[in-house]
Amino acid sequence: MPRLEALTREASELALGIIPLNADEAEVGRVLQICNACRYCEGFCAVFPAMTRRLEFGKADIHYLSNLCHNCGSCLHACQYAPPHEFAVNVPKAMATVRGKTYADYAWPAAMGALYKRNGLTLSLATAAGLALFLLLAVMRQGSLIHAPLAGDFYAVFPHNLMATMFGIVFGFSMLALMIGVARFWRDVTPGMASSDASLSAAVEATDNVLRLKYLGGGHGEGCNNADDAFTLWRKRFHHFTFYGFMLCFASTSVATLYHYLLKLDAPYALTSLPVLLGITGGIGLLIGPAGLLWLNLQRHPAHGDARQKPMDRGFIALLFLISLTGLALMWWRDSGFMALLLAVHLGVVLALFLTLPYGKFAHGFYRGAALLKFAIEKRMPDRLRLESE
Amino acid sequence: MIDVLVIGGGNAALCAALMAREAGASVLLLEAAPREWRGGNSPHTRNLRCMHDVPQDVLIEAYPEEEYWQDLLKVTGGLTNEKLARMAIRASATCRDWMRQHGVHFQPPLSGALHVARTNAFFMGGGKALMNAYYRSAEKLGVQVRYNAPVDAIELDDGRFKAVRIGAERIEAKACVLAAGGFESNREWLREAWGMNESGEWPADNFLIRGTRFNMGVLLKFMIEAGADPVGDPGQSHCVAIDARAPLYDGGICTRVDCVSLGIMLNRNAERFYDEGEDFWPKRYAIWGRLVAGQPGQIGYSIIDAKAVGRFMPPVFPGAKADTLPELARLLGLNEDAFVNTVEAFNAACRVGTFDHTALDDCHTDGLTPAKTHWALPLDTPPYYGYTLRPGITFTYLGLKVNEQAAVHFGGVPSANLFVAGEMMAGNVLGKGYTAGVGMAIGTAFGRIAGTQAAAAATGMKKENAHAAA
Ligand SMILES: Cc1cc2nc3c(=O)[nH]c(=O)nc-3n(C[C@H](O)[C@H](O)[C@H](O)COP(=O)(O)OP(=O)(O)OC[C@H]3O[C@@H](n4cnc5c(N)ncnc54)[C@H](O)[C@@H]3O)c2cc1C
Ligand code: SF4
Ligand code: SF4
Repeated sequence: MPRLEALTREASELALGIIPLNADEAEVGRVLQICNACRYCEGFCAVFPAMTRRLEFGKADIHYLSNLCHNCGSCLHACQYAPPHEFAVNVPKAMATVRGKTYADYAWPAAMGALYKRNGLTLSLATAAGLALFLLLAVMRQGSLIHAPLAGDFYAVFPHNLMATMFGIVFGFSMLALMIGVARFWRDVTPGMASSDASLSAAVEATDNVLRLKYLGGGHGEGCNNADDAFTLWRKRFHHFTFYGFMLCFASTSVATLYHYLLKLDAPYALTSLPVLLGITGGIGLLIGPAGLLWLNLQRHPAHGDARQKPMDRGFIALLFLISLTGLALMWWRDSGFMALLLAVHLGVVLALFLTLPYGKFAHGFYRGAALLKFAIEKRMPDRLRLESE
Repeated sequence: MIDVLVIGGGNAALCAALMAREAGASVLLLEAAPREWRGGNSPHTRNLRCMHDVPQDVLIEAYPEEEYWQDLLKVTGGLTNEKLARMAIRASATCRDWMRQHGVHFQPPLSGALHVARTNAFFMGGGKALMNAYYRSAEKLGVQVRYNAPVDAIELDDGRFKAVRIGAERIEAKACVLAAGGFESNREWLREAWGMNESGEWPADNFLIRGTRFNMGVLLKFMIEAGADPVGDPGQSHCVAIDARAPLYDGGICTRVDCVSLGIMLNRNAERFYDEGEDFWPKRYAIWGRLVAGQPGQIGYSIIDAKAVGRFMPPVFPGAKADTLPELARLLGLNEDAFVNTVEAFNAACRVGTFDHTALDDCHTDGLTPAKTHWALPLDTPPYYGYTLRPGITFTYLGLKVNEQAAVHFGGVPSANLFVAGEMMAGNVLGKGYTAGVGMAIGTAFGRIAGTQAAAAATGMKKENAHAAA
């Protein structure tokens, strides 16, 4: 009987255009209903002010709010209804579970999302190792794996055009896939847009929130929670190291590309050149950041987030760390006979990262950015509700 | 031997423990609850009523001492000790910096729900975040904390504190602060305090407890029986109407139902019994628990129609929802005819002017008993919603009499080394009634006084002992 009722309800909801929630989404809906009647956590992050603009939580709201959550843990430790309370409210966990699914559900092509849903660490490392091996084989076939020093001339191992084409295609595809995913998400969660003036200031605000990682500050600037109810700024700091390290490495590659095509300046570049300096600083940031994040991840309070996503998180962190490590090693030993070996390994991990970008943890930055933009836009629209209270 | 023993683990207890430790005393805190339920009612709180003469950090405008005092006088109907009340009021102006030093964060006024930013400072994350901060700070300072330690007896020697007992265990200390809360979770005692009504019902049997299950009032009872001077009336408590589906304990804030004034309130016989539009939320909030407790079966039904949706805080549980009035009556288990008659009589009596739920508007009933004096709109727009309500006890007011040193009194004589803080003595200031944020104000003020006094009593004794040894 209850089954029949559930089916009837689903059918009528479908007829009304209401998309039924899956169990994880329903849990977010349940938890938000409690939070919306409580609201004590209002000051921690954007999720709560966004929540209070709603009385009910449909699928799109749940996706939006779940991606707005930074999994900072503050609202779990502050929650009067957290387990063992029978309401068992755990906002970060409920939201992390849905969030993880959104990356897969919005993924393009859809089949890839399903493929990358599980076993992050194994998959990432296997991809990296596989690719490195593939490259090693390629090099060995040329008989130059261990070679006479080539004075850092990478192109003696892999011709520049080959590398540019290969990475260009993979990276281009990944970015396209990611953008399509985020665009699908955006279409679902945003029914309307504010005026263009408001949109601009909203975009500025969202960008600022992303670049400063405002919501890992805990609402009071003392940081978020990691191992227990004490606040720490280290998560924010290691994120900064990672993010800006990554951006510097990216800038290094971009500058090198410009040098190559515009200025007709070919690698190897001197230690004091812009691409090398950017690469080294970025690389150091990208060692410190991921190492720190991994350390924090290992200390993390077991009730935070969705434990099943730890392999994905750690896989991504490990890849970033390896990229940086191999990149710096390559820099250091580029004049030695191991250059080709190091280059092959480094390129292998980079390729692995590029391939997994749209289907793993990397996506969180994009989805969260979109959610923050939506929040900034929504904030500028009038609130329909006129709630009276204490 | 430990200098200061603090009994309880809520706001008052932590304030006392921190102050005693800061004064140099060694401190042991005994909390009845296990760690995950620590803090009593304090984790359910969200703000502190603060006096201030000019805008101050999170507080806007001014809320001078006199206004605060008048508010307190009004809600208590004079059942308050002016000297002690003014002490708490003044302390509320200066305690926030000390609280911040111990890691408490206040929330800048940000949303519509916080329009009380003039009178009350809100804890960021609520009372549990505040308690976490206090516990972290206490542990850092070297306060020893023991959970699962329900004290059941106190050894006294002619008004002087000697030791406490937890079962067979005995713990001595030079001074002691009692901060073990009220007796609201003791259902037997509530039953006794509320008695039996004319219909032979025990109203308290149908009460829900909004806060902790650990405030059994064991020490309150023990102390009163041991000759400590009591203050307040056991039948007094803060009692609000909450959703009948709320858990028996720890339902906290989210189970309140805010739509009473937007519709009508019925009893089990589908009759109205009080003016739903009498006054604004804070006042209403505190009266409906008692009103429902006075109805047969201690149950009430708040009925609204679609026009009210989006005008009150979303309730935690969905209400019964129906497209017709008879259907709603069926869903709520009320007599259909009686229900429809009551609603129709109400609808017919409505004199609709300009509806404004943010002001005492001119929508009222004519010729209806009881009248609805404001916000009276006919219930005519489906879907209709109904919420079933029960009395929810927030805390009790019976406590121990104190002086300005927060000392426990025996036959009018203050103890030299036994002090009391928080809900266990709040009745000195709050004989009845309630105004939001005053519970924490009293607990913080007197918790800090009790801690300081206990440390002084204990270290003073240290000196005495040194003399004796010399
Ligand atoms: C839902 C709700 C919301 C509230 N909101 C507010 C608000 O916003 N602002 C406000 O000012 N007030 C509010 N109050 C009132 C406020 O909670 C109390 O005034 C305040 O918490 C009292 O603090 P306390 O330390 O005296 O007692 P409690 O915080 O209740 O602490 C009592 C402690 O004693 C322990 N204990 C009990 N018996 C023993 C024993 N025998 N041995 C050892 N330990 C024992 C308990 O475990 C507990 O730790 C609210 C109350 C509730 C229930
Ligand atoms: S997380 Fe808990 S305390 Fe915070 S708003 Fe939600 S229900 Fe309230
Ligand atoms: S975990 Fe942090 S970011 Fe997520 S909802 Fe809670 S407070 Fe906000």
